[in-house]
Amino acid sequence: MLKQVEGSHAVAEAVALCRPEVISAYPITPQTHIVEDLGTMVKAGGIENCQFMLVESEFGALSACIGSSAAGARSYTATSSQGMLFMMEAVYNASGMGLPIVMTVGNRAIGAPINIWNDWGDSMSARDSGWLQLFAETNQEAVDVHIQAFKLAEELSMPVMVCMDGFILTHAYERVDIPDQVQVDEFLPPFQPRQVLDPIAPLSMGAMVGPEAFTEVRYLAHHKQQLALNLISKQAAEFEAVFGRAAGGLIKSFEAEGAETVVVTMGSVIGTMKEVLAGMREDGIAIGALTIRSFRPFPGDALRAALKDAKRVIVFEKSVAVGMGGILAMNLRTALQDLPIRVHSVIGGLGGRPVTRANLRRMFDKGIQDQLEEPHFHDINMDVVEREIEREQADRRSGAVAENILTDVGVVAAAKAI
Amino acid sequence: MFQVRIHGRGGQGVVSAAEMLSVAAFEEGKHAQAVPSFGSERMGAPVVAYVRIDDKEIELREPVLEPDLLIVQDPTLFSAIDVFAGLREDGYLLVNTAKTMDELGIGEVVKKLPAGNVAAVPATDLAMRHLKRPTPNTVLLGAFTAMSDIVQIDSVFKAIERKFPGKVGDMNIAAAQAAYDTARAD
Repeated sequence: MLKQVEGSHAVAEAVALCRPEVISAYPITPQTHIVEDLGTMVKAGGIENCQFMLVESEFGALSACIGSSAAGARSYTATSSQGMLFMMEAVYNASGMGLPIVMTVGNRAIGAPINIWNDWGDSMSARDSGWLQLFAETNQEAVDVHIQAFKLAEELSMPVMVCMDGFILTHAYERVDIPDQVQVDEFLPPFQPRQVLDPIAPLSMGAMVGPEAFTEVRYLAHHKQQLALNLISKQAAEFEAVFGRAAGGLIKSFEAEGAETVVVTMGSVIGTMKEVLAGMREDGIAIGALTIRSFRPFPGDALRAALKDAKRVIVFEKSVAVGMGGILAMNLRTALQDLPIRVHSVIGGLGGRPVTRANLRRMFDKGIQDQLEEPHFHDINMDVVEREIEREQADRRSGAVAENILTDVGVVAAAKAI
Repeated sequence: MFQVRIHGRGGQGVVSAAEMLSVAAFEEGKHAQAVPSFGSERMGAPVVAYVRIDDKEIELREPVLEPDLLIVQDPTLFSAIDVFAGLREDGYLLVNTAKTMDELGIGEVVKKLPAGNVAAVPATDLAMRHLKRPTPNTVLLGAFTAMSDIVQIDSVFKAIERKFPGKVGDMNIAAAQAAYDTARAD
């Protein structure tokens, strides 16, 4: 049914349709509305056979889900930013134990400096954990991918995080088609755990594993992600058959076929990029885009196949490995290493910095001329940066970097609006 | 595509206004996108919300840089930020004030806009009268529907009812109607 709702609310409805049995979550901007809406639904008796566990923190929330999932209950949580960090021990626990928890990540930058706005820092901090990481581009996709996520997690026995850009998607009101219960039930069968705590057939889970077996356990987690590469495509096809629309999958092409230059990115920014790229094509420039929907497992083969005729790739990501460079860029370069493709790394949208048609066009124009520095920090204000560098060179007691920059940019929190 | 930027301060219902405008457009079978942009998450801090309305799917996700309609719920913002940035020369301006544009110090800006596209609505006063609360958002939405055909007043009423069922909704509808009638009369 078509509805005009906030992204968070659409996700809450999608999760509710998946018949979760335990929801345990702690609020944090920008995912708060998801868990508040789910709490309201549970309280009103709108989700059959579901318990909402109130906890004191994100660490508590995911730990509760670990317990409930281990006991055979379909379990769900959500977090962002600092919340992800607070639950990090449990994040690795959940994947290490192979528990099919689904978690929404409302992508938000990680502090310090404290920042409530969108970037991929939170999801990236868990990229090595073994969790599958799926990125949604629109709120419709967020709805659809959450439904796929439960099926994927349970089939593999591995947790899945569904990543959606904070504020840009979570807080955006837009038209969404919410599926009906019959369709979701047809697609998503009841949870059949591979392992379950049951007093009738007792076993232990989460045992200590020494040098004699740790390698094998880790290998099998890696192997599961390889299986996931096929499973994601297969289930996306099943989804389309049941719901009548395409969603999810490993990657998606936006006129990338045969393009000399391909922009590679993830998440909602593709929406703004499409118009820019169409304009460039009208100007005779052979450029297209690819979005990565599954970041973990990283779809190396699919990307190699899709990019084999490209001369140049411009990776645009809202993340940075401080001291190394672009994370998505590094992952892509590894996948493309035996191909003669020039890969540019662009890091943008950090901490919610607006990505606009205008600033994208300027950057793409440089990119097609191979004139981007390595890495290129999109829309950066180098005057302000240089002022701080000079300050630090002139004076040992140069002050706090973040506060100095804010003063130079002329922003005082109460006065900034756009 | 019709683009709207709503300026106000936390607690004045800027985000709800954007939501309701997008729902009103949806009720008419249009595509609409409404997104908030917060500074500090507290009462009194400047808040901006963006709305886009179109007949086809809206894929753009940048801030609204060239609004067709600017709604200013709090005129104290004129001295704090560049509220008018990017306002299109055939754009609409709706300001919550009992003063004149000259008294607000924005007379020069307003002169450049088409006559009939600018309205000063004492929305806080109207809100106090109908809602007993100084929340000007539904009043301003009602006034806007009198200025253009982008959304109809009935769609705004439906959006208000959806957001505020029951008595609160009725009072807001009355307030919006009053603003519509006043704007129509002008």
